[in-house]
Amino acid sequence: MESLERVYREEFGRVVASLTRRFGDLDVAEDAAGEALLVALERWPVDGVPANPGGWLTTTATRKAIDRLRRESHRDAKHQAAHMLHDDTPHEATGVVEDDRLRLIFTCCHPALAPEARVALTLRLLGGLTVPEIAAAFLVPETTMGQRITRAKRKIAAAHIPYRVPCAADLPARVDAVLAVLYLVFNEGYLSTSGDAPLREDLTAEAIRLARILRGLLPDATEVTGLLALMLLIDARRTARLAPGGELITLAEQDRSRWDRAAIDEGHALVRECLALGRPGRYQLLAAINAVHTDARDVRDTDWSQIAALYTQLAGIDPNPIVALNRAVAIAELDGPEVALALVDALPLDAYHAWHATRADLLRRLGRSEEARAAYDRALGLSDNAAEAAYLSRRRDQLGG
Amino acid sequence: MSQYFLAVNHDPADEARMAEMTPAQMQEVFAAVDAFNTEVKEQGAWVFAGGLQPIEMSTVVDNTGAQPVITDGPYAESKEYLGGFWVIEAPDLDGALVWAQKGSKACAGKVEVRPFQDEPEA
Repeated sequence: MESLERVYREEFGRVVASLTRRFGDLDVAEDAAGEALLVALERWPVDGVPANPGGWLTTTATRKAIDRLRRESHRDAKHQAAHMLHDDTPHEATGVVEDDRLRLIFTCCHPALAPEARVALTLRLLGGLTVPEIAAAFLVPETTMGQRITRAKRKIAAAHIPYRVPCAADLPARVDAVLAVLYLVFNEGYLSTSGDAPLREDLTAEAIRLARILRGLLPDATEVTGLLALMLLIDARRTARLAPGGELITLAEQDRSRWDRAAIDEGHALVRECLALGRPGRYQLLAAINAVHTDARDVRDTDWSQIAALYTQLAGIDPNPIVALNRAVAIAELDGPEVALALVDALPLDAYHAWHATRADLLRRLGRSEEARAAYDRALGLSDNAAEAAYLSRRRDQLGG
Repeated sequence: MSQYFLAVNHDPADEARMAEMTPAQMQEVFAAVDAFNTEVKEQGAWVFAGGLQPIEMSTVVDNTGAQPVITDGPYAESKEYLGGFWVIEAPDLDGALVWAQKGSKACAGKVEVRPFQDEPEA
């Protein structure tokens, strides 16, 4: 029953968030949400999916949680809480419930948790992915991922990590932590660091879905809008990005008619909307760069001076050599590969596969085949992505002698 | 309210740095820590605090066997050891982290925040 799974994944975060506020216990909330799914699996195929599936799941999960707390009441004092909190308030689709998910995402992405735990916890509690799914996505054994999530939940309880939206003073930094988690989830889906699947649509879709929720909850946060636009504009090129044989197709060589126009239009509208507010940030500028790329129906129409200017602006707020590397790629189109190569060679990125791949491409265009071959070899040695490796080998093997 | 242990840990590099401080620089740190302590008390978050003698002054007691064994020095060679601490009360970790940030600034060192175990329920 495909629709059940979809509804469940969409509603899971809502149910967990609502129950966490009510019972003050992530484990109780998570387990009860899982039990409610089992009931739904039994009943929905017979009775049909209820009109308000989120409300149904929350009510069912709440009953399960209260049952559990009553069963445990002889062992601890939680029964007091259960008695106090027991009521049959119907599920609300807006207002408090929306706030609950916002609380939950800030708890999951709290800086006191290890970054890898933040990602895992967000996917588990807000995204409704199972522990085996998350373990598979990040290529760690299930037991490791289970322990990581359990440990994070224990720390939240033991250290009293709060379940609320941070105060105004802390909010910008804390939103940044949430965005970093979502972008990490997206990138892991878009360019898996290893494994057989070069694209993981479940992860990219999940990151976009969570960014949409966050934007709905924080409509004035321009970087949230920027990140959503960025992910949409990258994801719009997904289907054009892999050849049938699994080889990566670079932006310049993609069949642009295969891009997802609806996603591009939405991304462009979001970029215009957030940049108009005059508070440019890292994600907004990256989104703007991708907007320029997706604006060109043919790679030859690309406005490279605009792209170079945006990278210069980005380097101003985020001075890091990877930004400089990407700027050099645009400079190659404007001022030629020789100028760009000089910029690239000055960057301290010897351990980064994309630096070697960029050098290889520039050297190839300069006709310096031997050096290009060596650079492709270095890039291949550092790349963990099968599709990218296939592309790099083909390019290397096409070099003249 | 929950109680948190704010630990100021020292390692050999910190020791070397502290040994090179001038009396005026040390006075500055003392004054900043005094001001921090006053703020913690005024805000009602104070439980207890103290600075510890150097690790060489410690004595280890092991009475897990048949006879108590008393030995000089730390229990185990470790790179980091506790130099001083605060015990504070805060509504949650975010509250404790605000105090830790101020305390770190005042004592010019890193502060480790550890929650106390909850008191057993009656």
